[in-house]
Amino acid sequence: MIELKNIRKTFRVAKRNAGLKAAAKALFRKEYTEIHALQDVSFKINDGEMIGYIGPNGAGKSSTIKIMSGVLTPDSGECLINGRVPWKERAAHVQEIGVVFGQRSQLWWDVPVIDSFELIRDIYRVPEEKYRKNLEDLTELLDIGEIVKTPARQLSLGQRMRCEIAASLLHDPRILFLDEPTIGLDAVSKIAVRDFVKTINREKGTTVILTTHDMQDIEALTERILLIGKGKILLDGSLEQLKSRKSTHRTLTVDYVGERLPLLPEMQVKKDLDGHAEIVLDTEKLSISDAIAHISAAAEVKDISVAGENIDDLVVSLYKEFAL
Amino acid sequence: MKLYFRYLSMLLKSQMQYKASFFMMVVGQFLVSFTTFLGMWFMFDRIQSVDGFTFSEVLLCFALMLLAFSATECFARGFDRFPALIRSGELDRILVRPRGVIFQVLTANVEFSRMGRFAQAILVLAYAIPTSGIVWTGDKILTLTLMFVGGLGVFTALFVLYAGISFFTIEGLEFMNIFTDGSREFGRYPLSIYGEGVLKFLTYVIPVALFQYYPLLYLTGRSQNQGLIFLPVLGMLFLIPCYLFFRFGLRKYQSTGS
Repeated sequence: MIELKNIRKTFRVAKRNAGLKAAAKALFRKEYTEIHALQDVSFKINDGEMIGYIGPNGAGKSSTIKIMSGVLTPDSGECLINGRVPWKERAAHVQEIGVVFGQRSQLWWDVPVIDSFELIRDIYRVPEEKYRKNLEDLTELLDIGEIVKTPARQLSLGQRMRCEIAASLLHDPRILFLDEPTIGLDAVSKIAVRDFVKTINREKGTTVILTTHDMQDIEALTERILLIGKGKILLDGSLEQLKSRKSTHRTLTVDYVGERLPLLPEMQVKKDLDGHAEIVLDTEKLSISDAIAHISAAAEVKDISVAGENIDDLVVSLYKEFAL
Repeated sequence: MKLYFRYLSMLLKSQMQYKASFFMMVVGQFLVSFTTFLGMWFMFDRIQSVDGFTFSEVLLCFALMLLAFSATECFARGFDRFPALIRSGELDRILVRPRGVIFQVLTANVEFSRMGRFAQAILVLAYAIPTSGIVWTGDKILTLTLMFVGGLGVFTALFVLYAGISFFTIEGLEFMNIFTDGSREFGRYPLSIYGEGVLKFLTYVIPVALFQYYPLLYLTGRSQNQGLIFLPVLGMLFLIPCYLFFRFGLRKYQSTGS
């Protein structure tokens, strides 16, 4: 159970102009700008939930994760995770969480991954029996049996990420924080990581909090979305709710025989070339069935498909709506 | 403690991945401090004593300082590299693990190549101990041991202080080297030769003299006051304010974006 109430965090950042003169001046007197990374963030997450935490760069995602994982102390507000205040009972708190920072490694760079795993076992005081079992399960699920004997620096990004995730789950955490776990991965690795996260959430009931810029991650994984922007929670709801909020627009993709597709004024053409057209329409003005009826009457249609607004577009329009 | 040795073996394994580089570092470290030694040797070839201390006595001082400093650099390297730990986000990783922060910083980096300096210090000490003309009774051996332990404590404290400051500013940290490297360089000679002012500073502000000059007086028979033997322990109390300052900095820690 995770509960955040009115969390605020402000950073003081030294600012100075470019150039040597400014640098010399900064030696003597510094000017600071205050950055309000988090202003009044509150939410509640139940055990076993899978949360997608999204927002543009600099919105405060990482700051929130760092507060929840006990790295940062907020200026004010309450945060209670499994009954503990993270930054006050750091050691006891982190024993129950796993954290994967997508862009940073927790494996020792120059030694085989399995050596890192064993050291992590000792750091978290995982009993030998439990370690064996977890290691067995994780190597099988993540398919890393072959690569754990390789030094971390020789692994591909996808292989390394799978090892990172395994490393953060060796001590059976109840909560798993994933900070951009699929960043830079190829399609196959992405899918492998997603499948795994789903499995671990379903079978072990691990609460998963995922920050990402990859909307496919969100689509594939999470039922609930928290949108943060400029340090505030803007939206808290299901993906479906999010979609229905914005999606009166539909895209029709049509393959047809002929030169040009005759259109109604309510249709917007995105492209129309060599018998392949993409048309956007507002379903409040023109229903999909009417649109299809019109098109199939006017041209010989080979193929037609309807797509809801792309989730990337959805998020962009949300960002716009909240003027981020 | 068992975990500490596991960390050590891990770091040793890592550093042994680059064997050639490792041994070159060890040899390099040895040579660098060897030139310092040569400098002293040539100087004492011309003048017989400095402020009344003979060559062997100064060597004793030099070896002890080198021993304490290289051991600190080897084992407390994590604090020495602390700004890098902050910048790379390694500190975040440390904070999400259920072990003490100090312990994890100590184990984040152990610089085994400092063994080169350490070996040199041992050699010089092996030469200075018999030639210094000191009769090595139990109390003298205790003095020497405490001088080493005290040096370890004071240097570690300086490193911790350095790490604490880096929470607030990364710029201008170089000035701290005056205290760390500076104490080491100053400490090659009995601190009294620099005059009253420096001696007072190094007694009351940064307690280097407490494990170097005063016990040396007892060691070389210049003073009979047995209280001097335990001054290095007093010097180690310097760890307390430095540690508290580090804790204070940690609370103000801002982390870096990712």
